[in-house]
Amino acid sequence: MKNQSLTYREALKIAISEAMRNDERVFLMGEDVGNYGGCYAVSKGLSEEFGADRIIDTPLSESGFVGAGIGAAIGGMRPIIEVMTVNFSLLALDQIVNNAATLRHMSGNQIGVPLVIRMATGAGKQLAAQHSHSLENWYAHVPGIKVLAPATVADARYMLSMALKDPDPVIMFEHVMLYNDSAAIPKLEDCPDMHQACVRKAGNDISLITYGGSLSKTLQAASELEEQGISAEVVDLRCLRPLDTQTLFKSVNKTHRVLVVDEGWRTGSLASEICALVAEHCFWSLDAPPNRICSKEVPIPYPQHLERAATPQVAQVVEAALTLLNRDVT
Amino acid sequence: MNIDNSKVHMGLAHVQFLFKQMLRIRRFEEKCAELYTQEKIRGFLHLYIGEEAVAVGVMQALKAEDAVFATYREHGHALARGLSMDNVMAEMFGKITGSSRGRGGSMHIFDVEKRFYGGNAIVAGALPLAVGLALANKMQKKNDVVVCFFGEGAVAEGEFHESLNLAQLWQLPILFVCENNGYAMGTALAISESEQHIFRKAQSYGLKSHAVDGMNVVEVESAATQYCQSIRKGDGPCLLECNTYRFRGHSMFDTQLYRESDEVEAWKSKGPIMKLQRWLEANGKLSSAELKQIEDQVADEISQSVAFAERSEIEDISDLYLGVYGESES
Repeated sequence: MKNQSLTYREALKIAISEAMRNDERVFLMGEDVGNYGGCYAVSKGLSEEFGADRIIDTPLSESGFVGAGIGAAIGGMRPIIEVMTVNFSLLALDQIVNNAATLRHMSGNQIGVPLVIRMATGAGKQLAAQHSHSLENWYAHVPGIKVLAPATVADARYMLSMALKDPDPVIMFEHVMLYNDSAAIPKLEDCPDMHQACVRKAGNDISLITYGGSLSKTLQAASELEEQGISAEVVDLRCLRPLDTQTLFKSVNKTHRVLVVDEGWRTGSLASEICALVAEHCFWSLDAPPNRICSKEVPIPYPQHLERAATPQVAQVVEAALTLLNRDVT
Repeated sequence: MNIDNSKVHMGLAHVQFLFKQMLRIRRFEEKCAELYTQEKIRGFLHLYIGEEAVAVGVMQALKAEDAVFATYREHGHALARGLSMDNVMAEMFGKITGSSRGRGGSMHIFDVEKRFYGGNAIVAGALPLAVGLALANKMQKKNDVVVCFFGEGAVAEGEFHESLNLAQLWQLPILFVCENNGYAMGTALAISESEQHIFRKAQSYGLKSHAVDGMNVVEVESAATQYCQSIRKGDGPCLLECNTYRFRGHSMFDTQLYRESDEVEAWKSKGPIMKLQRWLEANGKLSSAELKQIEDQVADEISQSVAFAERSEIEDISDLYLGVYGESES
């Protein structure tokens, strides 16, 4: 029997409703998750099934309701907190960084915060400079929290339940350009653990390392490189903290070249961290310096041509890969 | 609801107990100040001296199942909640026998068994957590009270307003206790707030709220008890403003340029311990022999706690990473 195809949005919704049916401690809380159905329509219809007591519309108080999620997790619940975008999550940064991330260690391992915070991230919808940024690396910088970037429909379907089983605060980044993606769903047992990076396309000549909304662009670049006789391996990080360095190093040690594709700004980016790790651990197997394609160092602009110019694009990835391979750029 | 002081019926033994509790805290902190000058205690040390009636009074209204969130000035709350003085002193020394394994120090005392959730050093940072724990209680159909202590400086933070709104909106079982000592570090309430009666701010959100003499332990206990009874019945959150004063500086580094010594002396003359001692003596309820006995018991407990802290071990560096993340459920 052929697997039914789902959108990324539907996969998330099924994951949330499944978790809520299986565990009465789970609830969803955030701005417009109930009556409105979610800013990106992920929770549309869930309040009819679960009621306003478990699909909780909050006021515009990011610090308040994210902090309340942390408190509810301490109190034995398993909250899923939705923050509309990563930009708005900055209003809750105090609660996430000063409380969620610290409580277990600071209390001498007495208090766990089993909480999932979901938020949209990234550019591509012409939402300009206050709704389009990729700040995954800010959170990935902080010990005590885990950071996931489901880049596929399958990961949207299964990563949430893995995150809910985790004893610590997990932040899930959903790239805005992924919600309408559609794919058939594999079985749960075919989905790797949330902590594992995943080779999305095997190859021998160069490792293209990416995550989240840049995965599809990177796979497209790999396909164009294939047409030029270059076998690129595409690694999807999936978990941005802690990083699965084993999978990363294995790929680089096989291909001897690495290019990181990251929608975050270049300075102090996840791409910087990965290049540093590769330089530290795979230096003697490298045939070229590590390189990276990141967003340009500007606030993301509104007009489409400038938004595209500011963010990583397929042609740049192809060109940078060819340069690393000492091939002529056509 | 109106708080009725005529409802107070306290036996002599209980009043003496309140006196002893306040004295324990006072003498403990005087010892801490001494140990700080000897560099046995390092970091920040915020003394509660002058404010003891608030923590001691409020704690009398609580049951074992209730939960407490406090600030970085929380030695008194920890002791009044029933944490062992040995563990609290060891925490000040940074020893592994400390209530947080020595990880937190003076500002981060935790004891989950006593449902004592810190020790939060971000002003207003614990209010959303307390709201969340109260939300968890409500979702689990428990009427246990969550008490959240904070200073009047916290009311200038957005998290205060977000938290009061959420607590009242969702009718949560929570008692907010504002310890109004008149100064946010060195900034007087008069130069930082347009409305200087904190209870009126709470009333504007619809909470039951009023102010009491925070130097009068009996009055504090009476008000907290009546509010907790109301909260346990499911009648929603309350805020108790306790007008008090800190006799020492904000921390050990404070040169107190922002207030006159006359003001400090005037408040000291209405100190909570002296006040209760005079009342007990005037009514023939505390002989000098009884007073000496109490002082001796307190002194013994403190010297035992210092000896315990001195002989305790520090945590092995190999445990540095313990508690950054927890163990998975499955």
